[in-house]
Amino acid sequence: MIAVSSVFLVLYLIAHMIGNLQIFWGQTAINDYAVWLRTLLQPVLGWEGFVWVIRIVLMLAVIGHIWAATLLALRARKARPVKYAAGNKVKGNYTTRTMRWGGVIVLLFIVYHILDLTVGTLNPNGEHLAVWQNVHADFAPSRWYVTIWYIAALIAIFLHLRHGLWSAVQTFGWNSNRREPVLKAIATVFSGLLILGFLIVPVSVTFGWI
Amino acid sequence: MKVNLRVWRQHDAVDKGRMVEYVVEDASEDMSFLELLDVLNEKLILSGEEPVAFDHDCREGICGTCSMVVDGHPHGPEKATTVCQLHMRKFNDGATITVEPFRAGAFPVIKDLVVDRGAFDKIIQAGGYISANTGSAPEAHSTPVPKANADRSFAAANCIGCGACVAACPNGSASLFLGAKLTHLGEMPQGQPERWERVVNMVETHDDAGFGGCTNTGACATACPKEIPLDVISQLNHDYLKATVGGRRKKA
Repeated sequence: MIAVSSVFLVLYLIAHMIGNLQIFWGQTAINDYAVWLRTLLQPVLGWEGFVWVIRIVLMLAVIGHIWAATLLALRARKARPVKYAAGNKVKGNYTTRTMRWGGVIVLLFIVYHILDLTVGTLNPNGEHLAVWQNVHADFAPSRWYVTIWYIAALIAIFLHLRHGLWSAVQTFGWNSNRREPVLKAIATVFSGLLILGFLIVPVSVTFGWI
Repeated sequence: MKVNLRVWRQHDAVDKGRMVEYVVEDASEDMSFLELLDVLNEKLILSGEEPVAFDHDCREGICGTCSMVVDGHPHGPEKATTVCQLHMRKFNDGATITVEPFRAGAFPVIKDLVVDRGAFDKIIQAGGYISANTGSAPEAHSTPVPKANADRSFAAANCIGCGACVAACPNGSASLFLGAKLTHLGEMPQGQPERWERVVNMVETHDDAGFGGCTNTGACATACPKEIPLDVISQLNHDYLKATVGGRRKKA
């Protein structure tokens, strides 16, 4: 369940990252892109119909992801009723140990992010479909702390993805001893590139590069 | 050498249990950890106290009977060793060492450091075997096994069923044990007829026994005294998906 829902979430992140990069082609490019997304399949689904289909799929994926993770955490608690006095010293790496709380941070970030740049209530500009203006108001140099918060959240997503991508492969039963180092390297490089693609937008705006 | 021990003492399954501190003054560096406990127990018996109960059998690292968590590591901090093969020279003189039983809901403590690992027997009874006629061993060359499959099967068959994977797992899951048994039999031609039934039945028994779910943390493979690789869990997932979603399992 975690692995299946994560496939949708990762595919969305890729599309989201590539979409964001439209901002480097200027104000009209990014603002037109936002309109174009809403006209996609308009004859069939109507204005914004496509966007709502994606939103519903994502919502279901997020609910499934959290539901399954909660069940696993509850099972884990039941499976070890008495904790170790010396602590459990056999630990996975930092990434693996922060999947649960890291996931909660990512969820909080997503809520903030939607209120900020989708609904616009937390955005100083907050004008619907004026993506360029909203992003520039959001990551203005005077609001440097917002940029830092976005960077911190993106790093949390990077860590979550780095373990999650490989873990999904293991869950689908496609891992093997020979493939493991390669798969882990691919997971790290892929998450790194994806997160860099996201990071570059707020950083560029704050430093006035675009 | 002198060591300070903090040992879990629990009179029986009902007793709540507590940590008790002991000092062993005359330990030798060449002793195994179990021999250290033997020395402690001799002292306890002479002073009229109840000795510390612990599981042990072969004392050469192959049986999987000894089970305890030393300083937060199942079988102690030494890599790829059981606790009987852990020697006192690995500890500093005057060290304080914490000794606890394996902690898992599916492994209830019977007394002190002894836990009931009967849940593993139930998992094996659910499918950890092949059905074959006895008394008429077939000619070995009649069933050739490719070298790569044989090697992987042997690597998985190294599992001694000690339960260190469960003790180490932050989720209390026995997936490494399950994966080892399924890979051991699944790589062999003799394991094929019952392969898809086996995986579903063993996983169901595992979950019913109260073990946790796997989240791929890898702690099990780190703690395993026999270095069972983590990819046996991928094999477990692969076989389970093929048996259920893939419909390979024959409905009874």
